Amino acid sequence: MAVHHPACDHFGVSSQLAEEETATPEVYAVRRLHRSESHKLVGGVAGGLAEHLRVPVLWVRAAFTVMTAIGFMGPLAYVLLWMFAAQAPPGEKAAPPDAKERQQGIAMIALGIGLFIVITVFSGSLGSWFIVPVTVGVGGAALVYREADEAQRRKWRDGAKSGVSGFVGTGSTQAKIRLIAGVVLVCGGVALFLFQQISPALLPPVLLAMLATLVGVGVITVPWWLRLVRDLDDERRARIRDQEREEIAAHLHDSVLQTLALIQKQAENPREVVKLARGQERQLRTWLYGPTGYGRGRAQAAEANEAADVPVTFGTLHEAIAVACGEVEDTFGVAVEQVVVGDCPMDVRLTALVQAAREAIVNSAKHSGVGEVSVYAEIEPDTVTVFVRDRGKGFDPEQVSTDRHGLADSIRGRMDRHGGKVRLRTSPGEGTEVQLEMPRKKEAKA
Amino acid sequence: MTTPEQQERKPVRVFLVDDHALFRAGVRAELAAHGDDVEVVGEAGSVGEAVAGIAHHRPDVVLLDVHMPDGGGAEVLRRVRPANPSVVFLALSVSDAAEDVIAVIRGGARGYVTKTISSQELARSVRRVAEGDAVFSPRLAGFVLDAFSERPGAAPIADPELDLLTPREREVLRLLARGYAYKEIASELYISVKTVETHVSSVLRKTQLSNRYELSRWATDRRLV
Repeated sequence: MAVHHPACDHFGVSSQLAEEETATPEVYAVRRLHRSESHKLVGGVAGGLAEHLRVPVLWVRAAFTVMTAIGFMGPLAYVLLWMFAAQAPPGEKAAPPDAKERQQGIAMIALGIGLFIVITVFSGSLGSWFIVPVTVGVGGAALVYREADEAQRRKWRDGAKSGVSGFVGTGSTQAKIRLIAGVVLVCGGVALFLFQQISPALLPPVLLAMLATLVGVGVITVPWWLRLVRDLDDERRARIRDQEREEIAAHLHDSVLQTLALIQKQAENPREVVKLARGQERQLRTWLYGPTGYGRGRAQAAEANEAADVPVTFGTLHEAIAVACGEVEDTFGVAVEQVVVGDCPMDVRLTALVQAAREAIVNSAKHSGVGEVSVYAEIEPDTVTVFVRDRGKGFDPEQVSTDRHGLADSIRGRMDRHGGKVRLRTSPGEGTEVQLEMPRKKEAKA
Repeated sequence: MTTPEQQERKPVRVFLVDDHALFRAGVRAELAAHGDDVEVVGEAGSVGEAVAGIAHHRPDVVLLDVHMPDGGGAEVLRRVRPANPSVVFLALSVSDAAEDVIAVIRGGARGYVTKTISSQELARSVRRVAEGDAVFSPRLAGFVLDAFSERPGAAPIADPELDLLTPREREVLRLLARGYAYKEIASELYISVKTVETHVSSVLRKTQLSNRYELSRWATDRRLV
């Protein structure tokens, strides 16, 4: 361990500093005192101190016991360290102390307090009146502090949504009871102290003076508290706004700017340009207006997913149709206009339906000779109907059945296997419309 | 087929409202090809300009963008319509959000078309709204069907005349959503184009006046059947 710290050396040359820093960087990493989670009996102070000083916990506890015996210094030091040392950060999951360590620790606390009582009583340096209120008050403080730690851990768990409500607001009933008990104990300790020190006749004026002081301090510091809360709020809002802005900028850069660059490069190839523009438009739309898109808000989207009780990968019919249409658009460079009324979770039959519809869209894109295909899907309680239509050249159904299998196998076969129906309307020059109808399965395991 | 279009050849006077100058120029150029049918008399890039411009030019039809700063198309409708009841609005948007589209329709627009519409189709739509009919894109037809559908949690029917679509109106809307033109719908259902127009206008009126939206679909998010 390097004792000579170059940063403190005012005459040190900068090159030397840099050299030392690159040589042994871990020497300068400041080790902070954290309250321990793995050796925690009351607040984890002794354990944290032991870890920080790299000595056994037992020694630290023994030191606290001795300090307690001598003029009750132990609890005072303990409380101060509790206040100034932060909790061990979340992440490093530590096992709580085992039964043996727990018994040992409690025994040492009892020993310390017992020794202190014995010493004070025998030496007579302090009246025994001192012990009861202080013990009660310290016990209450410990309860309150523990609860604050617990609230902080809860907040870490919940992903730090709110700072202000972290102390009381989010706890369970049990936590609230513990908190109230702690406050009552602290007040009780203070009250006991007062009752023993002051004659009953003086009590009302003293209490009044205390109350007045408390109110006065409160009133004076109100603006400061308000500003603290407001600043915290403002800062949080600014941070969220920054994150949003970054996300939007990243998205625009990743997708829109890249596509625009590609379009410029492909300017001589109108088909490719249309394909790129169309693909980008679809992506941006999904991002903005899609069921799980940016514009809907994440909470709402999550709620929708939850309500549907669908694994995210499976998705809904609306999304599946959008994906199928998008694939065809990308592959064949045609525009597929889709309208979907209603929505429902996907299942095996609906997957077959979407695949059949996709095949029908591909047929239209390949053979119709026009650049636009209309897809309309309606989800009703009992059935789902999909129409795929183009205004292209159409064909005579009598003549294709022998050599082409697209319609027969991929559409009709698929629909038949799952209990669906297919209707085809076409004739040369009249365009083509394929109507696919699939009954909806009633969920057995509702 | 003889329509009233043949005798009144006076071009429809159109006013453009869109906050993108590039897009306004594009529409202007496209409509110039249909000069004997449609004439662009002015344009505006903001809500304030639009309100002043429409009052000054008194166009037949306003092509209105849904998304603009300061309240968008709905705000223009709110400020212009009381003073100029004769001006007809046609919403022209890239937005896919049902809330936006329904908002301008309920604000008083006579139709909704997407910006990818062909210039010929756009000119025809302008002519159609100028004559008092409604223009529904397939997507708008889908939104309206969705809003009037019966689903768990839908708003109760307070006024059957307004809150329910007739079976015929439903059929017409379905065909619109499937991408059929009015003429194709007419031959499909064995009715006249005029009757199709009547049905669509009736659906438009219900969409504007019925209260089923606020409570059924648009207030909450997409609800699964």
